[in-house]
Amino acid sequence: MTATGIGAPVRRKEDQRFVTGQGRYVDDFNRPGQAYAYFLRSPHAHAAIRSIDTGPAMIMPGVIAVFTGDDLAADKIGGLICGWMIHSKDGSPMKAGPHPALAQGKVRYVGDHLAVVIAETLAQAKDAAEAIVVDYDVLPAVVDTAQATKTPVQVHDVSPDNTVFNWHLGNKDETEAAFARAKHVTKIDLVNNRLVPNPIEPRAAVGEYDFGTDNYTLYTTSQNPHVARLVLSAFIGVAPEHKLRVIAPDVGGGFGSKIFIYAEETVCVWAAKKVKRPVKWTSDRSEAFLSDAHGRDHVTHAEMATDENGKIIGLRVHTTANLGAYLSTFSSSVPTYLYAPLLSGQYDIPAIYCEVDGVYTNTAPVDAYRGAGRPEATFVVERLVEKTARELGQNPAEFRRRNYITQFPHATPVIMTYDTGDYAASLDKALEIADYKNFEQRKQESARRGKLRGIGFSSYIEACGIAPSQAVGSLGAGVGLWESAEVRVNPTGSVEVLTGSHSHGQGHETTFAQLVSDRLGIPIDQVSIVHGDTDKVQFGMGTYGSRSGAVGMSAIAKAIDKVIAKGKKVAAHVLEASEGDIEFKDGRFGVAGTDRSMAFGEIALQAYIAHKFSGQDLEPGLKEGAFYDPTNFTFPAGVHICEVEIDPDTGVTKIERWTAVDDFGVIINPMIVEGQVHGGIAQGVGQALLEGAVYDQSGQLITASFNDYCMPRAIDLPSFQVGMTVTPCPSNPLGIKGCGEAGAIAAPPAVINAITDALGHEDIAMPATPQAVWRAAQKARMPMAAE
Amino acid sequence: MYAFEYHRPASLKEAASLAGQAEDAKFLAGGHTLLPTMKLRLAGPANLIDLGQIAELRGIERSGDTITIGAMMKHAEVASSAEVKQAIPALAEMAELIGDPHVRNRGTIGGSIANNDPSADYPAACLALNATIITNQRKIAADDFFQGIFTTALEEGEIITQVSFKVPSQAAYAKFRNPASRYALVGVFVAKHADRVRVAVTGAGSNGVFRAAEMEQALSGSFTSEALNGVSVSEDEMNSDIHADSAYRSHLVGVMARRAVQEAAARG
Ligand SMILES: Cc1cc2nc3c(=O)[nH]c(=O)nc-3n(C[C@H](O)[C@H](O)[C@H](O)COP(=O)(O)OP(=O)(O)OC[C@H]3O[C@@H](n4cnc5c(N)ncnc54)[C@H](O)[C@@H]3O)c2cc1C
Repeated sequence: MTATGIGAPVRRKEDQRFVTGQGRYVDDFNRPGQAYAYFLRSPHAHAAIRSIDTGPAMIMPGVIAVFTGDDLAADKIGGLICGWMIHSKDGSPMKAGPHPALAQGKVRYVGDHLAVVIAETLAQAKDAAEAIVVDYDVLPAVVDTAQATKTPVQVHDVSPDNTVFNWHLGNKDETEAAFARAKHVTKIDLVNNRLVPNPIEPRAAVGEYDFGTDNYTLYTTSQNPHVARLVLSAFIGVAPEHKLRVIAPDVGGGFGSKIFIYAEETVCVWAAKKVKRPVKWTSDRSEAFLSDAHGRDHVTHAEMATDENGKIIGLRVHTTANLGAYLSTFSSSVPTYLYAPLLSGQYDIPAIYCEVDGVYTNTAPVDAYRGAGRPEATFVVERLVEKTARELGQNPAEFRRRNYITQFPHATPVIMTYDTGDYAASLDKALEIADYKNFEQRKQESARRGKLRGIGFSSYIEACGIAPSQAVGSLGAGVGLWESAEVRVNPTGSVEVLTGSHSHGQGHETTFAQLVSDRLGIPIDQVSIVHGDTDKVQFGMGTYGSRSGAVGMSAIAKAIDKVIAKGKKVAAHVLEASEGDIEFKDGRFGVAGTDRSMAFGEIALQAYIAHKFSGQDLEPGLKEGAFYDPTNFTFPAGVHICEVEIDPDTGVTKIERWTAVDDFGVIINPMIVEGQVHGGIAQGVGQALLEGAVYDQSGQLITASFNDYCMPRAIDLPSFQVGMTVTPCPSNPLGIKGCGEAGAIAAPPAVINAITDALGHEDIAMPATPQAVWRAAQKARMPMAAE
Repeated sequence: MYAFEYHRPASLKEAASLAGQAEDAKFLAGGHTLLPTMKLRLAGPANLIDLGQIAELRGIERSGDTITIGAMMKHAEVASSAEVKQAIPALAEMAELIGDPHVRNRGTIGGSIANNDPSADYPAACLALNATIITNQRKIAADDFFQGIFTTALEEGEIITQVSFKVPSQAAYAKFRNPASRYALVGVFVAKHADRVRVAVTGAGSNGVFRAAEMEQALSGSFTSEALNGVSVSEDEMNSDIHADSAYRSHLVGVMARRAVQEAAARG
């Protein structure tokens, strides 16, 4: 390991600019002549639009234009799309209702886009938006996930009972047979609470049109600018792909919510040409709460069958997944193929059957949010495993161990083939770090102070490194999920890496440079990482699903191999040896068995001056590209242990200890990985204890600001004890599995298992607020009185 | 935010006369309630009269058994004031529990009291510490000042200049924070005065801050947490929202009251 190579805890290169306020985010881009867009949003969850009178707004000061859905339709601008086709059990395609960027005929959630005002200033645009007269026929709304199919309210005409799909996965008959012969069946009902993603930077977009060249430019807060360009051109039809440049500069967090292609950015590009001015929109926090795609929102009943030896023999799951009012870009894949395939957890379960009903409601669209489907699956499996162990009177750690998969590769009944892992090793290490053997003593000590102490496990697994293109294609994906990279070596030997991955907090400028430094033997300050601009990077699939290490860096590694191969050819000429005798080691090209060698930078210069070889033998220059398509998902896994202490008088839960032992395969930068783990746990604890989006029955979002929607703060969290185990991933050249979502996936069941352990009472919903815990503590104390 | 005229008077007199002349005017103190409301376009005063430059509204003074705090004193200033800490440590601690450092370094005691948010902390301190709200026109006993959520005895254009608190022999404030906003989900201020014990509850009541008469009676007999056994506030008078229903709030009032009494007693 070199000081800046793979495995070194290099400080993040990008932090200098971020912490000194020099980052450049979309809202920092101001184009000459720029005008401001403000969206008039629906105050109703469900209403027919009788008429929209924009006249009074048009004559307000500073107003340049006011557009509605009719204007988009007149220009043949298509609706927003959902890029993953899910088929129901009966083979019928999912029922996708129309999703115009500006509403037509109907609004379907509070925050739905009705019209856009473009004005000289934002304040003028807002003033004018207030002057638009909309005549609504307010309709009853459906907001409740479990009730969505049982109401006369109909969100979309294509779906009379609000069902998007009735999907399933697994081996049904074998599962029924397993339950028939089970010694014990454990049942659980779970709600996976709806979350608002809340990246620190709200969404923003600047659209620009150049009448001279007929080129469009969109600056947007995107995790995947190329996908945005593809969708905006090929599907929505705003501009031809080769005429549209999408730039996603510094982006202040996404957590999934910036994967999707939204109405606002669509309208900004289109309107820029209409009004012949650059058009900027920046979301405020209130708009973010209402209109960023939310996460989770599942209602699940699940059952686990065990035999007489305490071996899990079957799992069946029924989930209703709320998809909101419209199908967002990848929404349909989240509660299906990103969910059910993880239901085997770390366990050898021969029979699994899962049914998922996707439903429409009059709420904000729901799509991928950190973990996307996998936290929901882990919550089901780990709550159920814990409950089963308790019902069987077994130690929860040992019950897990007895059921762990130990032979790899392992094919689950839910279409995944786990490549490698050592789950018991992570468990042992976690038990050690958590000082599990003295837990009882700590529990008694708490009891002496009138407090309830509990411990909870989470043996999570996730499928990352998304994903083999052929495989996802066969499952309904509209795109391939490879990644691309280009490694450009300059004559001075410095290197630019152009990557299709996009960093919005992950630290790619550091970790990607570490890979280059490691492979080419040059210092990391000789490397720059270029991303987030479709004019610079040819194509890419972006960053989500913990894919940038396993997939994005694998593409870079592939391109580096090609650079080294070309370098060897150059070196052979310069060093007057045969190509087969050239070795590349420690940053130098040398002739085997001699002391003749040249540094990487010297060979780079030779490649460009091209004095030592003829153009007939070898092309000048040193630049190589690669596309890398993974052959399998990767399977990060680990064990988290949460220890809580509850004050039964107030219901306050304090997390006393947190142990995280993760197997992420090969680690590029342990400091960045720990940071990802910390952030993930914080988000998972947020879901378990604090966060929850609540709509009232009329469809108003009650938790529409930080006054009511509680984000985790540092004070809510203990100092984390993080440990690692490593089984290198066999399916990619770097052995990387991915680490970006693990904490958010592992944490919620660990917290709830700890709380239910402390209370001796299984029935507690997330977020486990003080009120909810107090009430559960009351019930646990007085089981009779509570009934 | 809607457009408005901004005024910055240098004296109380000037502020009052501006308020008399300007149409649809609002006083601006720390702005931590008013400005967010304006940004959300829920308020749109035509004139803002900034009280920030008025020297008469500043200062903290002890005289005999009262401590008097200028309306424009920030929460952080009260929290760190040696006089306050010495005279009524519970009041300094209460100020330290407000919001976060940003809020404490902008928000003011006058603004908090004028606003009378049902979850704000100061109103409980005012009732428990038998405060007098001093305005540019008169003196109002705290018991008469708070008149239900966001409602006070202030007349149009009337300016709070000072608040004077009675120094108790023992006092403490126990706050259960709303996890999201950090305002009081339930806050109980207990103070033992020479004549009687006062117990004020904020955050919980459906009609805003109130004095818990039964608790006061019980504690006036014996200033111990045990004295509160069997004494509770009625659920029917409690607020209910997504964070806490009335039963939980009523329970928390009991818990916080006991904790406050224990703390006050421990302080001696
Ligand atoms: C994130 C956040 C968290 C908070 N947490 C808490 C908390 O935990 N506990 C708590 O108690 N408070 C909390 N607050 C409120 C804050 O501490 C202030 O007390 C509150 O905003 C009012 O004070 P201000 O000085 O900001 O008043 P402003 O917002 O400037 O004014 C509020 C109102 O009072 C009027 N006013 C102001 N001064 C006077 C005066 N001298 N005479 C007459 N009228 C006047 C104004 O016209 C306006 O109507 C929080 C606020 C925020 C933003």
